[in-house]
Amino acid sequence: MNKSWIILGVVGLLILFLVFSVVGSYNSMVTKDEAVSGQWSQVENVYQRRADLIPNLVNTVKGYAAHEKETLEGVVNARAKATSTSIDASKLDAEAIKKFTAAQDGLSSALSKLMVVVEKYPDLKANQNFLELQAQLEGTENRITVERQKFNEAAKDYNTFIRKFPRNIWAGMFGFDKKDYFEAAQGSEKVPTVQF
Amino acid sequence: MKNSLFLFLAILLHFSVKSQECLLNQAPKKDLVQDYANILSDEEEEYLRQKLTAFNDTTSTQILVVTVTDLCGYDKSEFTYTLGEKWGVGQKGKNNGIVMMVKPKEIDGRGDAFIAPGYGLEGVLPDAIAKRIVDKDMIPYFKQKEYYYGIHQGVNLIMGFTSGEFSADEYAKTDWASFLIPFALIVVVLLITFLSAAKKAKSYSVGHNIPFWTAFTLINSMGKSHGGSWGSFTSRGGSFGGGGSSFGGFGGGSFGGGGAGGSW
Repeated sequence: MNKSWIILGVVGLLILFLVFSVVGSYNSMVTKDEAVSGQWSQVENVYQRRADLIPNLVNTVKGYAAHEKETLEGVVNARAKATSTSIDASKLDAEAIKKFTAAQDGLSSALSKLMVVVEKYPDLKANQNFLELQAQLEGTENRITVERQKFNEAAKDYNTFIRKFPRNIWAGMFGFDKKDYFEAAQGSEKVPTVQF
Repeated sequence: MKNSLFLFLAILLHFSVKSQECLLNQAPKKDLVQDYANILSDEEEEYLRQKLTAFNDTTSTQILVVTVTDLCGYDKSEFTYTLGEKWGVGQKGKNNGIVMMVKPKEIDGRGDAFIAPGYGLEGVLPDAIAKRIVDKDMIPYFKQKEYYYGIHQGVNLIMGFTSGEFSADEYAKTDWASFLIPFALIVVVLLITFLSAAKKAKSYSVGHNIPFWTAFTLINSMGKSHGGSWGSFTSRGGSFGGGGSSFGGFGGGSFGGGGAGGSW
């Protein structure tokens, strides 16, 4: 009689402990998952910030270098493409991130072409408005680097959490999948060749 | 023999300078003026330090002035905001830190300056303003080797732009943890004394056949001897308001990569 009560108590305690552990890790997974989504919207924010700077930049450059039409159009088109590519934060897989990055990289390369062209116009380079736009653009590129890095850190934190035993069992049960990372921009792994 | 010893010492010295660890990997020093490049005199440093500490006391905004000799291979922008992020300049949650970095030209023929605001100050100190401060108000002095005037001018302008953004009171109000911990401790202590007294009272009431609450009050009135121990709680607060000359350390602010700088 007494013995069976003890066994029942121990089993009850074990079940209680298990339930608490599952509830605890489930809640932590939700928190970490939300942190990744939140960081993703930070990434989108800073890319949007860059896109917002471009109309002003294009107009300023146009005033001094109107016949660089091709380069300017390249920037405008790339911007349109980049802003039309939006990703649902709840479906962040490698494919989606790749698509997003590809569109944004197109804009990056169009912008760097423009910055090379601009070197030919000393008047433009002395224009206060242009200088400040350039400072903002550089600042935004830095912000992009930082936010992408922070996204990767958040994703790594989440991935490490869900893949550890015994949480990997609960993660599988509740459908918490591994998140993907931002890869380095295409072509940046190749060392550029400098020719004289 | 003497010569070779000298050579050995020179090589040793050379390596000890070379292998000095990058500032980014060092633990933060509790100081708002860190002149590693030695371009400020002691009085200038002290004056700036007092000014920045007072600004931190009144607005909770932390402006770190750091002069360096080496950017550890980083770009000036990346170096500056990474330093701010790693050291946690500014208050946590408000992210109101600013790092002003100056690398004098004498070291490798290229002078660099950069101002990086934390997340919370990007609105009042946008990149265009930071750029203007560095290009128009700092670099012209730096070119004439008037480092102190350039830094001082930059600090003044930054203070002007950021002074309205945060106040120290607002920060103190949100600091719940320092209030809750002693409170929780008191609750725990009270609970323990109550429980132990109740236990005593219970055995007493059973043994002497009187009601529990009567025994409880009886027991408590017996043990009045340790009434004076509560006085120690009121002696708190003496450490505040010590003239405002010391800086308590960085608060864990975060940086998003904003800011601007220039070279000369």
